[in-house]
Amino acid sequence: MVEWTDFERDTIQDIFSKMDYEAVGPAALSRCLVVYPWTQRYFGNFGNLYNAAAIIDNPMVAKHGITILHGLDRAVKNMDNIKETYAELSVLHSEKLHVDPDNFRLLADCLTIVVAARWGKAFTGDVQAAFQKFLTVVVFSLGRQYH
Amino acid sequence: MTTLTDKDKAIVKALWGKISKSADAIGADALGRMLTVYPQTKTYFSHWPDLSPGSGPVKAHGKKVMSGVALAVSKIDDITSGLLELSELHAFKLRVDPANFKILSHCILVVIANLYPKDFNPESHASLDKFLASLSLALSDKYR
Repeated sequence: MVEWTDFERDTIQDIFSKMDYEAVGPAALSRCLVVYPWTQRYFGNFGNLYNAAAIIDNPMVAKHGITILHGLDRAVKNMDNIKETYAELSVLHSEKLHVDPDNFRLLADCLTIVVAARWGKAFTGDVQAAFQKFLTVVVFSLGRQYH
Repeated sequence: MTTLTDKDKAIVKALWGKISKSADAIGADALGRMLTVYPQTKTYFSHWPDLSPGSGPVKAHGKKVMSGVALAVSKIDDITSGLLELSELHAFKLRVDPANFKILSHCILVVIANLYPKDFNPESHASLDKFLASLSLALSDKYR
């Protein structure tokens, strides 16, 4: 089981209580699709992804970004049980969506960068460490049921 | 080998033009974050008296790292040749596991996003990520 310090728990709760889901979700997903274009393979039915501007303006990308970000809420509320919390979602991503789990790590890195851009000075090294530790556990849990 | 397009090079040079005056601060911050977020990287600096973010050794070394980045920007048309000496240093003397170049690159990107949110849009991010990947590859060129 993952051990969390009080600082780490407080930091995660703080980040998500201040989270602007409608801005951050779309920003993180669109950034991932631009910076790592091979991730577009999972979004063939999302319409125009031809260039960065199209991706950033794409309403389906925006909507899905918000969905994904809210998907993290479960982990925020169950920090002591993240692996079990995401067991079903892991199976879904493996057996139905066929997503290479390395993509979760790429999206997590983009999310870190979007949050870093919005938080300014408050995004200290310690805050970054807590956030990345949280995302690492989420990423691991999402890939856990692949076989 | 990552090929930098003319567009990538133009974006990197333009972004570097904007951020280079803060290069020392960026280097210090990135290195400090790396040591905090990825504690295994501290193993390379056991000879430093102080590994805390903002300490003398961290600031000095951050400055050194960014001068390497500056060199790569100036030699952007042939980074491998341009970084030959640094590659030999890392291969034969420092022997840093190349996985760590990715880690430090990520921390550099986080710092730039943090300090220049408006300039670090997705396209700039993509080009800079490619550039740092090319730099890392050039740095490990002489490893084996």
